[in-house]
Parts: sequence; C-alpha cells; structure tokens
Amino acid sequence: MAQEYLYPEFQVVRDLSRCTGCRACAAQCANGVHRYDADRGQMVSDETRCVNCHRCVAFCPERALKIVKDRQCFRENDNWSGDAIREIYRQAASGGVLLSSMGNAKEYPVYWDRLLINASQVTNPSIDPLREPMETKTFLGKKPDTLRRDAAGRLVPELPPQLELDTPILFSAMSYGSISYNAHESLARAAQALGTCYNTGEGGLHRDFYRYGANTIVQVASGRFGVHRDYLEAGAAIEIKIGQGAKPGIGGHLPGAKIVGDVSATRMIPEGSDAISPAPHHDIYSIEDLRQLVYSLKEVTRGEKPVIVKIAAVHNVAAIASGVARSGADIIAIDGFRGGTGAAPTRIRDNVGIPIELALAAVDQRLRDEGIRSSVSLIAGGSIRSSADALKAILLGADAVYIATAALLALGCHLCRSCHSGRCNWGIATQRPELVARLDPDEGAQRLVNLVTAWTHEIKEMMGGMGINSIEAARGNRMMLRGVGLNEIELGILGVKHAGQ
Amino acid sequence: MDREGQNGFRIPSGCAVSAIFSKEGTRRSGEEIIRSIAMMHERSNGLGGGFAAYGIYPEYKELYALHVFYEGKYSKEQCEAFLFEHFDVVNLSKIPTRKSPAIQDEPLIWRYFVEPLHTKLSESQLDPDTFVSRCVIRVNSGIDGAYIFSSGKDMGVFKAVGFPEDVGAFYRLEEYKGYCWIAHGRYPTNTPGWWGGAHPFALLDRAVVHNGEISSYDANRRNIEMYGYRCNLLTDTEVITYILDFLVRRRGLSYEEAANVIAAPFWSTIAAQEEAEKRRLTYLRNVFSGLLITGPFSIIVGFTGGIMALNDRLKLRSMVVGEKDETVYIASEEAAIRVIQPELERVWAPRGGEPVVIRLHPTAGEKEG
Repeated sequence: MAQEYLYPEFQVVRDLSRCTGCRACAAQCANGVHRYDADRGQMVSDETRCVNCHRCVAFCPERALKIVKDRQCFRENDNWSGDAIREIYRQAASGGVLLSSMGNAKEYPVYWDRLLINASQVTNPSIDPLREPMETKTFLGKKPDTLRRDAAGRLVPELPPQLELDTPILFSAMSYGSISYNAHESLARAAQALGTCYNTGEGGLHRDFYRYGANTIVQVASGRFGVHRDYLEAGAAIEIKIGQGAKPGIGGHLPGAKIVGDVSATRMIPEGSDAISPAPHHDIYSIEDLRQLVYSLKEVTRGEKPVIVKIAAVHNVAAIASGVARSGADIIAIDGFRGGTGAAPTRIRDNVGIPIELALAAVDQRLRDEGIRSSVSLIAGGSIRSSADALKAILLGADAVYIATAALLALGCHLCRSCHSGRCNWGIATQRPELVARLDPDEGAQRLVNLVTAWTHEIKEMMGGMGINSIEAARGNRMMLRGVGLNEIELGILGVKHAGQ
Repeated sequence: MDREGQNGFRIPSGCAVSAIFSKEGTRRSGEEIIRSIAMMHERSNGLGGGFAAYGIYPEYKELYALHVFYEGKYSKEQCEAFLFEHFDVVNLSKIPTRKSPAIQDEPLIWRYFVEPLHTKLSESQLDPDTFVSRCVIRVNSGIDGAYIFSSGKDMGVFKAVGFPEDVGAFYRLEEYKGYCWIAHGRYPTNTPGWWGGAHPFALLDRAVVHNGEISSYDANRRNIEMYGYRCNLLTDTEVITYILDFLVRRRGLSYEEAANVIAAPFWSTIAAQEEAEKRRLTYLRNVFSGLLITGPFSIIVGFTGGIMALNDRLKLRSMVVGEKDETVYIASEEAAIRVIQPELERVWAPRGGEPVVIRLHPTAGEKEG
C-alpha cells in the first residue's frame, strides 16, 4: 500500500494485559484485520483493512479492543483536508470514480438542528399522552375535491386508494441485494407489527415475503429489476423511483458479487451479472411520460394501489413535485441530499441535491399555492435522525417520513460506510451467508419495533406539549416551529419565524 | 388604529360566550342577552365584546346588510366607491350608538342594505353569496382602514373594544328584536385595540363566537387558504368561520357533518361504531384531515334559521345548554343562563365533539316577544 501513499485511518488498540488470545475478534472480522501470530504468541492487527465497524470491539469478551482515529496526520492545511489528499492518491492509483456508502457526511447545514418546537403555557393546555388519546394514524393518498351523496342524501364514502399507517414513519427503500435477506425479513416483520410499511427498493420481492404484502411498498425503478404482475399486486402501494437523494441524476449499481442465489432470482437477472439501473427510466423522458407509467401501473392493479413517485431533492424540486402531483401520483416521496445509499459515486453523493428541510418546505408551499396539496400526500426522507426530526418534517408539511439509515442503525449498523465492499460484519449490507446469519430476524424486527415505538411515544409527548392530540393537526403547522440562527431567506423558504418573534 | 394580524403576531384569547335561540321564531330584544353575558364579566377583560342577532331586519330581509368600520373619511370614500360600483345600495345610514365613557375611540360605523348589481353579478358568473363574500374579502384585505364586519341577510353583528354589556348599551341593542342572539366577551392576552378583532366574526349570515385557543391554527390556516380565503387577522375565530363556510356552503356538508370534521371523534371511538357509520366518519376525517381543529374551544355558530354549539374533542372549555319551552340557551357558564331564565326544564353539558344544532321550527312565525 505504501506506493499508494495511503496509511491506515484507524489504529487498533489492543490491551495485551487483557487480551486472552481467544480469537473472537478474528472470527468476527470479515475484513481480516485480526490474526493470531503463533511466533509471538499474541493477536496482531492489519489496520489497513479496518473500516471501524466496531464488530470486534463489541464482541471482545475482555474489552481489550478499541478502534481509534490514527494520529498520523498530514501537515495542517485548511484548504487541503486529509480526505481530499487521500482521495487524490486513490484516484491517481486507480483511475476510477470514487465510491462511497451511506449519506453525505460533509459539513452542510442541518436545518433540523436550527428549528425548535413550541409548547403550550397558560392560554392553552398541554395534553398528557398518558391520560388522553394521542393519535398518530395517518392516511396517505389523494383526497377527492367533490363529495357524492346517494338518493337518500347519505355521503358515499368512496375514496381513491389510501395507505393507512398507525404511525407516520415508514421504512424507506433498500433493495434485497444491497441488504441481506435477514435485514429484509426484519424490516417486513417490523412494518407488520407497527402497522406501517417497508419498501422493497428496486431488488424485487423475495417469495418468502409476499405474506407481508399489506405492509410492503413495491418499487419500480429504472432497471425494472424484479418487476412482474404478481410483484405489483403483492404490495400495498407501488413506488416509482425517479431519483434518490444520495445520487440524484444517476441510476443504481449492485455489483455482480452480490447477485447470487435468491438475489439473482428475485431480481430476475443472471447470477454474477452487475445490476446496473439506467440513470433515467427509458420510458420517462418527460412529465407526460411519467403520467403514462403512473396510469399503466394503476391499470394493472385495477386502480387499487396508491402510486408513489419518489424524487430526489434537487434545485427545482417544487416545480417538479407540482408536475408530479398533476400526473396522477397519489403520494410524492422527496429524498434529501443526506439520504443514504449502499453505494454512490462520492462526488455525486457529496455535491448534488439540496437539503430535505428546504425541499420539503418549498414543495409543500408550492402545492398549497397551487391549491393541489390535498390531491397528493408527501413523504419526506433523507436523514431523519430522531423523532424530533420526524415531527419537524411533519410540522413543515410532510404527511409522513421515510427512515432507512436510522433503521439500519437499529439493526446494528455502525455507519462505517463500507456497504459497497459487501463484507458487512453486522450481517446487513452483505450476501455472504456466514455474515447474513449474524443478523437474527427475530431480534432485528424487535429492535426496529422498539425504535419506531419509542419515536412514536416521543412524537406524542411533543404533540401533547403543543396541545395537539392528532397528527393531522401538526401537519404543516409551521407556527409551531421557530428558527434559530437562520437568515431571512432561509426563514422565508422554511416559512417559519425566528425564535423570539 | 392598528389591525390585528398586521405585524404577523397571533394573540391568544380566553372568553365567555352566550346565546339565546327561539325555536318558534319569537323575536326578543337584546336586553336578555346583555344580562346573560354581563353575568360572566370576569371572563372578559374589557378588550372586546360583541353580539350577533338574527331576524332583526325584516323590512330588508332580501338584502345583504353590510356593517362597516371606517378609520376615517378617506377609507369611507374608497369603500363606498367600491360598494356603489358593485352593489345596488338601497339604504345607508350610520348605525345608531349611545355615547358612553366605557366605549372610547370608536371608528365611523355605517350600515348598508345592498344587493349585487345584476350586471356585475352575471359578469362574475358567481352566485350572489360567493359574489358578496368575495367583495367582503376584497374590501377587508384591500382597502386600508375599511372593515366589513357583518354581511348577512336579516342579521347583524355589533362589536367593539370594551366589556360586552357596555358594547350592548353602546349599540342600543334593546331597540333590535331577533329570534337568535349570540354574545361574546373577550379576554385577549394583548391587543392593539382594534374593533375588528372583537367577536363575533362573520361572513355572510354565518357568525362565530369562540372561546379557546386552537393548537391546530396554522395547519388549518394553510389548508383553508388553498381555497381562496385569506386569514388576515390571525385569530382562531376567523379561521373557524372560513372552515365552516367552506364545509357547509361550498362542500355542502350539514352542520353535524362539519362538526364530525372539525371536532372529529377519536379513532378509537370510530372503531367502535357499526360499519356504515365507521366508514362515514373515517371518510370525513380522512378527506378533510387538514381541517381538524385541536386544542380547547367552545364555539357558537349562528346562521339563518339555526344555531350550533360545539366543544373541542376533549371538552377543554366549559359550555352548558339549557331549555325552557321553545327557547334554548347556551353559555360558557350555567349562571349566565339562570340569570335570565331560572326555571329551566333541562340543562346539560354537551360532550366534547358533540354538536348541538338547533333550528327554527318549520312553522315558526316571527312573533314579537
């Protein structure tokens, strides 16, 4: 590695006074960092292979391991960061496009952290969710503009298809292939237990999981992998993926190494072939083409499934969303530029797209300005990190939020951002059977249920504090938000006042 | 005179409400309602009081009665130019008032009985109610210093900054006779002292008085503004009035159905209903989810031929209904009913979200009371 001028980023610190040489670390590390050196009679480390995923740290029975940032440094330079220098070395050695996993980790403003939530004092009572009903049920889908009554004058309660959720938190698209069978099973079972939905991503739906169909959103992306009639009929809703926040403007790439066994069968492509989905849908070159696909999918499912159109948050997102709303979509999902990915070109992940907070606020306002907000529901995603982020998104105008990175963290992901290697030690972003087996779907599903249940409780607490006892009264209720440290343009786009106003 | 809402601030208020309704259409003067609302003096702080009365203009019952506040001559000239351009003005006069030290800084207060000019109306392709409501919204948001605070037929709103009993005396309400009276005493946390901020808030013949502070305000405002309403005052009452106008007049819901939207039953309650009712309630909650009102409120809504009283879903504000013969009394406190009618046949506190809708008896003749 020396000729690539790359040195390990992390140091494996082993407390030899504690290490018993049990070799648990070696067994746990798929990257081959740890090895027993018989000559020296002790465990040794190859730090060049370490991704800092903490698997060995978590499994060392003696607490003898610590992974720390290597103190080796470049000469200080405020312009040329260590990352910038290292990336140059890597590209000079390989001639390739840099790849990254998970969301944009750069220092852009996180608007969630500049927004604060209101609470009642004196003039309006707060409501105690332990003692009073506190409702989070959410229906996603188009609402009609006109009412019908029968001959006796009774309302005819017929609606376009709706997605009924017990909590306004859904699991965002992650394909079977990019993540493991056990990860998918965990998501599917958790979605069922929680009364919400998970999303297949563009990897098709494994036959074993058809039974979770009522809690499944099936995705149709540009590669059309795994799309067939049964698949479309299996889900509760169909999502057309136009773009993804981590990589707007480009398609997906699942390396052939992950296209094995059931993954290949589910995607309906040969084993070992790279699954490369095109940048655009080749039947959608314009907004009127989107309309045709939306209605084709509705037709094939007899109009019984709501159609979601997922777009990445890009500069002109408000106008695009407005066009999508007029193209028959029942739900629009907007994915912010911090959204995660199994693999994306680093430059695109880190430089393309806009923050979800601004995109969501702009889209919600535009749809209202045009009087069409009721004809479409909005899901916001792209780095919802906590119940507070979720509630702020709803207060800005979202009907519900998508979470994916948070869900993976619940499953044990340590955000080492090496998904593209396929050697996920936590059994999530891998297809190696021995690694997949590390994720127990019983435990995985339970941890996801725990997470979303906890978030829902927290959302209820905050709603109660504001004197709001139903989530729909929080939706778009921007007066319940104040900005801190934001300039007038930012406040204007977010449609909120500054704290103290 | 600063208007509320202009600086973008919302002003929370507490309040008292009261109403008297004769099912037989018996017309009574304003004296009783003044005594009723005066009983709840402690629930007001002198920063707003008002009344709505129905059946008070029988001689002009086919005409829209516009009650207007003017800051000065200039705004009156501008507004009248607009009114003469759009309406046939059959009668105009100052609204008679009685000077009193309790009511200060009054604006010019005028009344116009009008009908839309036929040429303007047919040009607009609107029905008369929509035409009038749009004209009202245009004056109120477009002509500085002019504010139309009452615009229904055979009804009128009378309001001012002051305690309600003083406001009633100021407007000489003992000289009017109506089959329905609604009153309000306001307890705002602060106010620029703008007369338009007092209740009732009315559009066309629908007048709303309200006690509470709704927590869903901005969700409701941003929803209703999609349909051409402009919530300039940033008060709860204004947004509730527009929501009712939208649901009842424009979407054709009954008042009971509208109550199922704005004070929707909890999902757990809906789940316990029989199938058809469950579907109906779920439908209303889902379709109009942005119009659900949360937080404390008790409202009384007057409209031609009827009245509705409604509490929020948790009943976070008091409201009592009493009946004696053909008269129905509604008030924030029972004492405000007993003071004018000690002998009640029935008194009850409607449950949260349970609308009490009273209508004129079909054969009701408007008798003198």
